[in-house]
Amino acid sequence: MPRIRLWLATAALAMSGCGGPFPQSTLHPRSDFARGTDALFTDIFWWAAAVFVVVELMLLVAIVRFRHREGRAAPRPTHGHTLMEIGWTLAPAVILVFVAVPTVRTIFATAGEAPADALKVDVIGHQWWWEFRYPELALVTANELHVPLGRVVQLSITSADVIHSFWAPPLGGKRDAIPGHMTRIAFRPDSVGDYSGQCAEFCGASHANMRLRVIVDSDSGFGRWATVQLAGPAAPAPGTLAERGRAVFARSACIGCHTIQGVSPGVIGPNLTHVGSRTTIASGLFPNDSAHLARWIADAPSLKPGSLMTRMQPPLTDADIAALGAYLQSLK
Amino acid sequence: MSEARGLKSWLTTTDHKRIGLLYFWTAFSFFLVGGLEALLIRAQLAQPDGHLVSAETYNQLFTMHGTTMVFLALMPLSASFFNYIVPLQIGARDVAFPRLNAFSYWVFLLGGLFLNASWFVGPLFRAGMLNVAPDGGWFGYANLTERQYSPGPNIDFWLLGLQILGISSLAAGFNFIVTILNLRAPGMKLMRLPTFTWMTLVTQFLIITAFPVITVGLVFLMFDRFFGAHFYVHEAGATPILWQHLFWLFGHPEVYILILPAMGIVSDVLPTFARKPLFGYTVVVYSGILIGFMGWGVWSHHMFSVGLGPIADSVFAATTMLIAVPTGVKIFNWIATLWGGAIRGTTALHFAVGFIAMFIIGGLSGVTHASPPADLQQTDTYYVVAHIHYVLFGGTILGLFAGIYYWWPKMTGRLLSEPLGKWHFWLQFIGMNLAFFPMHFIGLLGMPRRIYTYSADLGVSDLNLASTAGAFLIAVAILVFLYNVWRTRRHGQPASNDPWGGASLEWSIPSPPPVYNFSVIPTVTSRLPRWRTELHGPMQDPPAVPPAPIHVPGGSWWPLVAALGLPVMALAALTHTLWIVFVGAALLLVGIYRWAFEPFEV
Repeated sequence: MPRIRLWLATAALAMSGCGGPFPQSTLHPRSDFARGTDALFTDIFWWAAAVFVVVELMLLVAIVRFRHREGRAAPRPTHGHTLMEIGWTLAPAVILVFVAVPTVRTIFATAGEAPADALKVDVIGHQWWWEFRYPELALVTANELHVPLGRVVQLSITSADVIHSFWAPPLGGKRDAIPGHMTRIAFRPDSVGDYSGQCAEFCGASHANMRLRVIVDSDSGFGRWATVQLAGPAAPAPGTLAERGRAVFARSACIGCHTIQGVSPGVIGPNLTHVGSRTTIASGLFPNDSAHLARWIADAPSLKPGSLMTRMQPPLTDADIAALGAYLQSLK
Repeated sequence: MSEARGLKSWLTTTDHKRIGLLYFWTAFSFFLVGGLEALLIRAQLAQPDGHLVSAETYNQLFTMHGTTMVFLALMPLSASFFNYIVPLQIGARDVAFPRLNAFSYWVFLLGGLFLNASWFVGPLFRAGMLNVAPDGGWFGYANLTERQYSPGPNIDFWLLGLQILGISSLAAGFNFIVTILNLRAPGMKLMRLPTFTWMTLVTQFLIITAFPVITVGLVFLMFDRFFGAHFYVHEAGATPILWQHLFWLFGHPEVYILILPAMGIVSDVLPTFARKPLFGYTVVVYSGILIGFMGWGVWSHHMFSVGLGPIADSVFAATTMLIAVPTGVKIFNWIATLWGGAIRGTTALHFAVGFIAMFIIGGLSGVTHASPPADLQQTDTYYVVAHIHYVLFGGTILGLFAGIYYWWPKMTGRLLSEPLGKWHFWLQFIGMNLAFFPMHFIGLLGMPRRIYTYSADLGVSDLNLASTAGAFLIAVAILVFLYNVWRTRRHGQPASNDPWGGASLEWSIPSPPPVYNFSVIPTVTSRLPRWRTELHGPMQDPPAVPPAPIHVPGGSWWPLVAALGLPVMALAALTHTLWIVFVGAALLLVGIYRWAFEPFEV
């Protein structure tokens, strides 16, 4: 029974055709790359399903039909049959040709080659967050990758520490982020949306907490986003909580790890210049609101085991944390 | 078995049958430990944002689950049948090197205890309990496992433990190759060997060729961690990808090391209960050999996401798909064996047919990730977890249970209860499908493996809950099996020489066999010596009383002493204490020296 329910659930899911309830599904492709792999998988799946039905049926028929019954003659001691052996050697081989040909075609189609006008993004995996650099735009952000609709995106992926794997299922397959290596993947997103993904290679304590989002903007939306990101952060208005927050930031250990353009040059943690414009914090773990920001600033390792953002010594006061949160949220 | 009783007789035994039983109980205990780890993993994942265990503990649990099941449960459970059954199937009185055999067992036991001690000895390393168990995954990818990123003793336990276990496997591998090639009874030509013995032989060749590869990989890692070498350190011009090649160059043949013995068991069980010879014996044997060879040419399919380039991806996709052909051939021959038979639905047959049914699923999902672009969406997700469990649980474990029910009367002299056995089978069969089938969907919907927590947003919470329920159902099935075993000790029906009407030599002697196995070494004239075939009548069973006295070698302490040296040396490395090395080395050398010069007499 549960098996049937699962099949029904999947059928419903396939028919619904929208990524809504399954933001990380491989079955809801939203780029040429993901559509290619999905079509290939569907192809192989049906071959496999056909073989499954035929072979399991043969097995079932054999064990039902040839049960031992009293009075039945002893079975004939057959030892083999050369023609049958040849037959069931060739049959799977032929099926595999039908699988191999589209496989090789898709391998070359998804090999990471991109046209010269592709948007280039350098992806750097860190324990446990993602850094995104747009070399042509001189723009650096973290954990939320913005790309325009309809333009090929070429990711050049590496790691700053251990091996990670970049994976945003609706847009493309995994590519490992390997220190000392540069791997590539290219895809052309075909639907505007906010897609989730996460690190797929075990990378230590908080591997589960190394999530990411890819936001596919309309062409003009992407332009607006880039313009905002390129500008320096707006200075908080005098006398506001945010202004006090900037002072707390500037005199605390924050500056050792984080860059805020014009304020601090740290490079160990994510660039926070426009952190207020992101929808999530802590590498896709929490919504970007003041409550979560406050908890995160106060004690990141309790929310993300192993996090290098340790508790501040001496601890920040609640008032300081609130001010810091207000400042970070003002960095739109 | 030998009349001698008491602890000493077990500690010094060199009788392959006793060593087989020791392997069985030790490996089954580790199987229960690995199963407990699996239950904790599933309990954590039953709901999104689970917090039963911490991230660090979870990483230790899945690392130890994989390591335990592969090296401490499945391999040695197969080894228990290599030990007990293979000499009986070839008409031998023991293995070629009985003391080396004892040494293999003790090294395995001590290596397993060494690995699992890591759960408890945290305080000795100024850490809490549950803090120093290995936590880098059973695949231990560098550079995460380098000292820089894993400073604690966790990875040291793992790499030292695996090196110890490798010695056990290698010693046993050489032992069984020599045994099978040299100790066959007169007339037992290679193409008359029972299929289980054949697959054992192929497996041993894989072991002696694959284990050196991981040993090299582990020694490199050990040098990196202990002596500051740079085999996998990219800052020094090396690359962590080297580890992946070495690991999977071992790791893929290892998959066949795990599955071939189970295929051998099934190839022996099906003919017995269908009352028909194995269909296409020659083809089944050759396809097993072919799988052994081809298993060496597919390792990079574990590394498609590394980005090796389209040419390498295409080649490894092709070799991987090719290996499906000999595997399919085996399946068709098994079905053809059943076809036209008079099938008796014993528990052993249930498990053997269950093996085929489940292995088909695992094999077919394997084809879907033999295709690199499809695999880029599947690798490192629960889809692959589903695949390996259909292969290693649906395949190897069901196959091993077929062997357990089949040979239990031979090994203990009593038949396991058939009704309880059926309960066990159906609970386990339903449990495993409930546990592992949903994982296909969990993976395709985007849940990576090796994560201790997931968000409800993924939409896979219900599927995970179903999977957890299945895991606990498997646990119930295993409890039924244990009850069956316990009950059988006193109330089991005593077994005759041949409760099933088997064709091979082990069924021609008492259950359990006397210490010398065969009162007279049989002469073999056909592939199915105990069955009537077109050309031959059934063989005469050896007489119950030996016509002449049979020399039986006594036991020895020295294999155990030598084996003790290895974990002691590992302890020295673990604690960075030089003098302990000398203690361990002394134990090993004295053990081997005395063993070499010990008169092996009663």
